[in-house]
Amino acid sequence: MFSKASNFVYGVDSAFLIITGISVFFLVVLTALMIYFVIKYNRKNGKPAQQIKDNMALEITWIAIPMIIVLYMFYIGWKGFIPMRVVPEDAIEITAEGSMWKFKFEYPGNKIADTLVVPIDRSILINLKSVDVLHGFSVPAFRIKEDMVPNKPNYSWFTAGELGDYDIYCTVYCGLNHSNMLGVIRVVTQQEYDKWLLTLHEKLKDSPQGMKILEKNGCIACHSLDGSKVVGPSFKGIYGSKRKVSTSGSEREITVDDAYITKSIVDPGADVVVGYPAGLMQPYKSLSESDLKLINEYLKGLK
Amino acid sequence: MSNVSANSEYVSYLDHHGKYKGIMSWIMATDHKRIALLYMYSIMTFFIIGVVLGIMMKLEMLTPGETIMKAKMYNSVFTLHGILMIFMVVIPGLSAVFGNFFLPIHIGAKDVSFPKLNRFSWWIFVVGSIMAVLSQVLKDGPPDTGWTFYAPYSTTTSSNVIMATAAAFVLGFSSILTGLNFIVTIHQLRAPGMKFFNMPLFPWALYATAWIQLLATPVIGITLLMLIAERAFHIGFFDPALGGDPLLFQHLFWIYSHPAVYVMMLPAMGVITEIIPTFCQRQIYGYKAVAVSSLAIAGVGFLVWGHHMYTSGMSDTARWFFSLLTFIVAVPSAIKVFNWITTMYKGSIDVKPPFLYALAFIFLFIIGGTTGLLLGSVATNVQVHDTAFVVAHFHYIIFGGMGFAFFAAIHYWLPKMYGRMYDFKMANIGLVINFIGFNLLYFPQFVIGIQGMPRRYFDYPAKFQPAQLVSSIGGFILVTGLIIMIYTLVKGARKGAPAPANPWRGSTLEWQIPSPPSVENFDEEPVIKENPYDYK
Ligand code: HEM
Ligand SMILES: [Cu+2]
Ligand SMILES: [Cu+2]
Repeated sequence: MFSKASNFVYGVDSAFLIITGISVFFLVVLTALMIYFVIKYNRKNGKPAQQIKDNMALEITWIAIPMIIVLYMFYIGWKGFIPMRVVPEDAIEITAEGSMWKFKFEYPGNKIADTLVVPIDRSILINLKSVDVLHGFSVPAFRIKEDMVPNKPNYSWFTAGELGDYDIYCTVYCGLNHSNMLGVIRVVTQQEYDKWLLTLHEKLKDSPQGMKILEKNGCIACHSLDGSKVVGPSFKGIYGSKRKVSTSGSEREITVDDAYITKSIVDPGADVVVGYPAGLMQPYKSLSESDLKLINEYLKGLK
Repeated sequence: MSNVSANSEYVSYLDHHGKYKGIMSWIMATDHKRIALLYMYSIMTFFIIGVVLGIMMKLEMLTPGETIMKAKMYNSVFTLHGILMIFMVVIPGLSAVFGNFFLPIHIGAKDVSFPKLNRFSWWIFVVGSIMAVLSQVLKDGPPDTGWTFYAPYSTTTSSNVIMATAAAFVLGFSSILTGLNFIVTIHQLRAPGMKFFNMPLFPWALYATAWIQLLATPVIGITLLMLIAERAFHIGFFDPALGGDPLLFQHLFWIYSHPAVYVMMLPAMGVITEIIPTFCQRQIYGYKAVAVSSLAIAGVGFLVWGHHMYTSGMSDTARWFFSLLTFIVAVPSAIKVFNWITTMYKGSIDVKPPFLYALAFIFLFIIGGTTGLLLGSVATNVQVHDTAFVVAHFHYIIFGGMGFAFFAAIHYWLPKMYGRMYDFKMANIGLVINFIGFNLLYFPQFVIGIQGMPRRYFDYPAKFQPAQLVSSIGGFILVTGLIIMIYTLVKGARKGAPAPANPWRGSTLEWQIPSPPSVENFDEEPVIKENPYDYK
């Protein structure tokens, strides 16, 4: 009856069914009573109303019974939840990093992947972190969800029980492309997992500093490095290229240089590249002089 | 018409313009009844704009990907929709409109304690609303943070967050001052012979509400000021990049915004508690339990805010503590439902539009309330938090609950406020369409929410489309019903047949005076009954 997708399905779904069952029971009984009273005691029937005295015993009953029911609901809800915070010692540790607007997964040995591949029947601990704003890490099929909070580590864990692909959603609103912040968990056998791990390349230990700044500020989410158009123009070959921009409503052609790049970062609304909507990019005023220089240097090399 | 209105001194508050003429006689009015109407017209305007924004979102949701607008616009639309509906419609809603109009009358008073302060509260409300409009048109573009303004997104986005939060800050003062005014009024101006436990239950609900407004609203004020300071001067309260803590913002925000849910709901429950006895001609069952449960909800409601943050990374102790209290605060609400339904037992039930709206309210409120249990329980919360399930839940509570209570109230009191009656048949047609449309619009959201569809999503996987389609169709049906309802009410208020003083055989004081009431409400000393719901 319960799916085996993860070890939490049973606890969550049984709490869900019990609470929903009791709720539907009350909804049906109370609605039926209302309809019954409206028909039975309708004024059209011509019977005068009877004034009925309050009954202490009755009132105490209907305070006590709901109180017991809700305490029970609290208990099953808590019982279903506790295991989510108790991570087994032998769990495989993977870090999920949220940034505007994608998930990235870091495997032991400093390896990076876009898809979260995990072996079946093993406990997986996911360390959650965010580099910019709040994000949510939600896997509905596994019944797990925790927020990714900048500078405040959080975690989630699970043991997957069925092979297959499962959706990951970002559930905490994080700006423009929040609804595109999706990911996939792929549950595979241990052999496949081991094989897959070998195909992962190591994260460049020292990616150029300019690149690090771009990553940290989430620039890459909208500006690709490979020439493809995402939200904004690609960075590939940007330096020295010519482009049409609109400046306070009038179009002109410019050549991309240091001054133009810096201005586009701190005041993106001043010159808007024709064909892209104005106002989408926020001004990044907190970048330091040296950061801006590093970005410029990095972009120069991006042919 | 009633015997009192034959009195030669009687001048309806609608005709008596005092020192000023024309529109100024409204803007400068201190009469609680005129101020109530001013609030009603402004709030109805914002409600209609909010509904239009809601329908735009439903159009966008018809198909995955872009349908009628881009992501950027969708994000500002749900933000504005939330800000309007929460800060400018449901929070002031019942207490500023029907509270202003009927609180003094219910306790046998001529006005509130501070009529000029009351007028000032409405002015502040207007200023705050204008600021909210400005936030949409100023240079940096409409805010796109959601009405919750979560940091650090809200401290870094380039849109007009400062203006929008400043608007909410100003609107808060209107709420605080109204609360203060009501508390003092209830303490000072009850007619001779009316003790607390002789008051009708609507003033009781307003009393509990007013305390929340007074005590909780300053918290959001401070929070929004901190946010503004952070944006303007880079003082690091919330943004970790500046050394702040984003969870601090969430705590502060919900310390206000959860109690604010009861600012919406308690007066709604109060309205239903007035309507049911009248149409059943039966004294309310469990008067004291209903009165005290309002205070209990207000009190415990201060301590449950953390149920909005189970997955935020707060400590496990906090998680169970908030869950436990959340379940406990559900009980007084359940008690009210039992009392309402028991009041129907052996009554003489007159099935008129206000009563039907009250029944619809109870049904929708049970769904809203019991789905709240699923959100309060930690294990199930993890599954449905921040999904369409939450969107469905809070629309069932605030629209199905507070909104339908507002509709019930206006169908109940319109003859008193305008001295005219609307068409019952049209009102019933509007009601049925509203009810069907509402459930079609929001019920599917529970289903896809359980399947994982996150909220505030401009785009969605194709598997959710059938439910989104049903939901959008429901939206169009609901709007049709709303149009019929508003048309019927406006027509009734302007051209309806003159209403008698007591069309529903109500027993509270507003039904003992002419429709519409005179300027001073009571031209003769009101007779205070020991039991406000005495139908013998
Ligand atoms: C015809 C009427 C309405 C429609 C079609 C509608 C529709 C919607 C939709 C589609 C959303 C966005 C959900 C998302 O993006 O995930 C939303 C959010 C919301 N609605 Fe409504 N709604 C209506 C009436 C109301 C009313 C009457 C209230 C309050 C009394 C209300 C309060 C809210 C709030 C607070 C939000 C959350 C905004 C946010 O996420 O920042 N809505 N509504
Ligand atoms: Cu997101
Ligand atoms: Cu809450």
